[in-house]
Amino acid sequence: MKSSYIPMTTQQQEAMLSTVGVKSLDELFLAIPEELRLKDDLNLPTPLSEHELKKHMNTLAQQNFDAGWNSCFLGAGIYDHIIPSAVKHIISRQEFYTAYTPYQPEISQGVLQSIFEFQTMIAELTGMDAANASLYDGATALYEAVLLASRYNGRKEVLIARSVNPEYRKVLYSGLRYSGIAIKEIDFNKDENNSNGENGTINFEFLKSNINKNTAAIVVQSPNFFGIVEDIKAVSQKAQEVDALLIAVCDPISLGVFESPGALGADIVVGEAQPLGNPMNYGGPLLGYFAVKSPFIRRMPGRIVGETTDSEGRRGFVLTLQAREQHIRREKATSNVCTNQALCALAATTYLSLMGKEGLKEVASQCISKAHYTYNSLLKTLNVSRIFDAPFFREFVVKPKIKPDILNEELLTENIIGGYDLTSEYPELEGCWLVAVTEKRSKKEIDNFVNKVARICQGGIINDEG
Amino acid sequence: MEIREGLYYSKDHEWVRIEGDRAYIGITDYAQDSLGSIVYVEIPKEGKALSKGEVLSVVESVKAASDIFAPISGTVVEINQALADNPELINESPYENYIAIMSFENADDLSDLLSPTQYEELTKGE
Amino acid sequence: MMRDERLIFEKSVEGRIGYSLPENDVPVVNPEELFAGQMLRKADPEIPELSEVDVIRHYTNLSKRNYGVDSGFYPLGSCTMKYNPKINEDIASMEGIAQMHPLQNPLSAQGNLEILYRMDKYLSEILGMERVTLQPAAGAQGEMTGLMIIKAYHMYRLDSKRIKIIVPDSSHGTNPASAALAGFEVVHIPSDDKGCVDIKALEDILDDTVAGLMLTNPNTLGLFEEDILQISKMVHECGGLLYYDGANMNAIMGIARPGDMGFDIAHLNLHKTFSTPHGGGGPGSGPIGVVKELVPFLPVPLVEKENDYYVLDYERPLSIGKVKSFYGNFGIILRAYSYIRTMGAQGLKTASQAAVLNANYIRKKLEDLYEIPQNRICMHEFVLSAQRQAKNGITALEIAKNLLDEGIHPPTIYFPLIVHEAMMIEPTETESPETLDAFIEIMRRIAIKAQDDPESLKNAPKTTYVSRLDEVKAARTPVLRWKK
Repeated sequence: MKSSYIPMTTQQQEAMLSTVGVKSLDELFLAIPEELRLKDDLNLPTPLSEHELKKHMNTLAQQNFDAGWNSCFLGAGIYDHIIPSAVKHIISRQEFYTAYTPYQPEISQGVLQSIFEFQTMIAELTGMDAANASLYDGATALYEAVLLASRYNGRKEVLIARSVNPEYRKVLYSGLRYSGIAIKEIDFNKDENNSNGENGTINFEFLKSNINKNTAAIVVQSPNFFGIVEDIKAVSQKAQEVDALLIAVCDPISLGVFESPGALGADIVVGEAQPLGNPMNYGGPLLGYFAVKSPFIRRMPGRIVGETTDSEGRRGFVLTLQAREQHIRREKATSNVCTNQALCALAATTYLSLMGKEGLKEVASQCISKAHYTYNSLLKTLNVSRIFDAPFFREFVVKPKIKPDILNEELLTENIIGGYDLTSEYPELEGCWLVAVTEKRSKKEIDNFVNKVARICQGGIINDEG
Repeated sequence: MEIREGLYYSKDHEWVRIEGDRAYIGITDYAQDSLGSIVYVEIPKEGKALSKGEVLSVVESVKAASDIFAPISGTVVEINQALADNPELINESPYENYIAIMSFENADDLSDLLSPTQYEELTKGE
Repeated sequence: MMRDERLIFEKSVEGRIGYSLPENDVPVVNPEELFAGQMLRKADPEIPELSEVDVIRHYTNLSKRNYGVDSGFYPLGSCTMKYNPKINEDIASMEGIAQMHPLQNPLSAQGNLEILYRMDKYLSEILGMERVTLQPAAGAQGEMTGLMIIKAYHMYRLDSKRIKIIVPDSSHGTNPASAALAGFEVVHIPSDDKGCVDIKALEDILDDTVAGLMLTNPNTLGLFEEDILQISKMVHECGGLLYYDGANMNAIMGIARPGDMGFDIAHLNLHKTFSTPHGGGGPGSGPIGVVKELVPFLPVPLVEKENDYYVLDYERPLSIGKVKSFYGNFGIILRAYSYIRTMGAQGLKTASQAAVLNANYIRKKLEDLYEIPQNRICMHEFVLSAQRQAKNGITALEIAKNLLDEGIHPPTIYFPLIVHEAMMIEPTETESPETLDAFIEIMRRIAIKAQDDPESLKNAPKTTYVSRLDEVKAARTPVLRWKK
């Protein structure tokens, strides 16, 4: 068979076989026991030409409902932000995307310097001393952070706010299943009789009664899964009382406006940097980030780039602190991670360079304005009710008159991707709906969304408890 | 390769010098040479009690890392803070730069450590 | 060209912008009105201010200091740096596919779910396994997932004494690291004088505390474990499971299958074998396949087909849970899907055959000048030792740095650990005989110079943007970020 990706011709193949000293290709595989050698071809579809493949993919795309063509009000950890055109052009440069991990620094300064810039930007945003080159996603970054904390202080219990993204908590539960580290969830405030502006935030009473000398770390997310901004400083003070570490999970866009978790006392900050210039990609690749205060630098997982000089004293960058890693420490490594998300990190770095501090602030501010406009407009229609009362960033919880899953199905027919149904992950929030509004949504789209929600709620099935 | 008289040696290329109830612990010239330029020494915690064979510290070079095991049982009574900023001191003079001083409690702990002659044979074999 | 060592931060000019955002057309909500003062940022982060053209020039110039597969030959052993077909990139950024939210109603994502469903089928067929999860983001995460499944399987059978995972001394470092993370004790077994698993040593270790064995086949010396059937029989008889590290799958696609060899779990690196780009270190994708008995333990969700619709199945009570958000690195899975659809069964087999022929061709042409510890027919890669050259001071590292000056990415060096001065060469199938000959010619020249004039080879590279970098300084006093 001929393939456009395999240059060897039949004549060349003959010549090479004879150089090697075998008569046929099959003879190269004699080390494989005969009974293992496949007699038939694999059962795979007939190969397609490029043109046919494109047609096939178009057919598949037609079975999809893509956010590029529609209005997306769904968030829950993955966000539909505007991505400047320049980002794609940078990450499409072959020197970046077809390179391997920068093992040979002399011909990898492009990737190395861009990672160094990424590390700097993450450290700046989070207010931390250092960041690594990135991890698979926010959820796995949290898992690594908890491992670091428990190894650091030798304690075996971690307290995690129930308002941390459920996807993260699931990954944490699976990862820690056989680690001997116990997880305790800290509830959020939900007291309908008390509107003191704290509903939706972490419950301090519960936190106080659960924290003790066995607590390795407290994990808090801000803005939390409900979009609500948490008082990181107060949580960090609680952690300090028992010498536990504070792990903050933060959205990087929000850090354009909100105080850095580093300044508020966090020891480790992790999160999902997909909102920085990376498309939603149906949930992957994503971009986990990991930042620490200085005592934890040598305990970070994954790749780390450092600045140094070459033999002529010129500035250069290398992978560093490698003695932590699996290829040297094997079973004693701080982590098994070797892949980072370099290309996604490059997209984030390019995005931030284009936005600058002012652009980032503008995006964050627009998110706040648009989310509140949407929230207030929805409430005004009287078709949704208020659930929490603490201030939020880009996302909020309401309870529509009809069940969110039905509402979402109806919205789809109007070319709208609706919010996240909280029912299955939070039975205590049955029938509640988490709506995200980014700077990408125009007033027109929002008004249309609000009208459609109202119309559907009025004509739809009435929610029992509504 | 320098092997000093008057010290005890472990098979993991550590040396022990006993002074009264204190045991100075470091790595040998052979060990520093095979690790290469040392970039980091994990400073143990003072007051930490260790049984013989437990990990006392880690010494790292660019491409290698080596656990330092407690060659005797005891408590860490003193550490060598200078190594935190200047880990290369171990490369320069391994026998002058101990990693920790442990309390020396049980003379039996020395029984399976090597004499300078035995240690020399060990390094020749490797 | 003028040398510009500045970081992006050092090019920032206050007040310059590189973005184009829509005007805010809703009533402005002032954060100060909503949030308590201490919640709001006091000092701006040092995010640089530049125009679009500044940013494009900066990163374009950085890209010129980097080397990719499109730049030239990249025989990095164990990494399968094959050419990344361009159609894959187009497919991965197609409108109608890339901009999907993972939590949107599955009914509105049928196209994407069909791709995941088909990939499960295709990869299962290639591996000879029952089902595949596409969730792991990389090979190491696939290993971790597989080990968690091994643990869950033994626990489910109430066989809690199985605490050991065996790995060969030639294994990838991720194997023992993953096993330790999954809560296992790691036992190394030596290789025999043929570079394969020492059967006698294995026999001595096997008992009812062994949870499983991790193996790369072909192994990291590029050799097929000829006794694999005996090995799998032995491990199974003692009640353990076999894990296949698929990093070297490029040798045997369509030729032999891990499932048939007796492996119970196998991962694939889509970024190696299935042509997806490495992105300068990621993202990758590390799906794992399992035999029928282990399917209940796979992570949630799996994609199932019910009445002509694709659905996400979370109702899997024995599942180990989730190892990563959502359904894996979909963007990478798409590229691999595109590759499999354009190659077909014959194409994949041809790729493996050509990869193996290329490796053997280089081996044969270098065997007189370099030591090759296992000099017999190899699979898709082989390991040579620069010991002979190292005697004159020309170590594997020096040879690698000389290759940089020749415009070639060096092979993997100093791995596997069991070979001194190791250089692991994996040419892949996408290199032409002309490229191989040019590489061979350079390697021969270096070997001869190492003999006759070793001094001339020292202090390489001389033509790269930077010369040799001080790694000791970087690790001793780490500078991990820029500060104003």
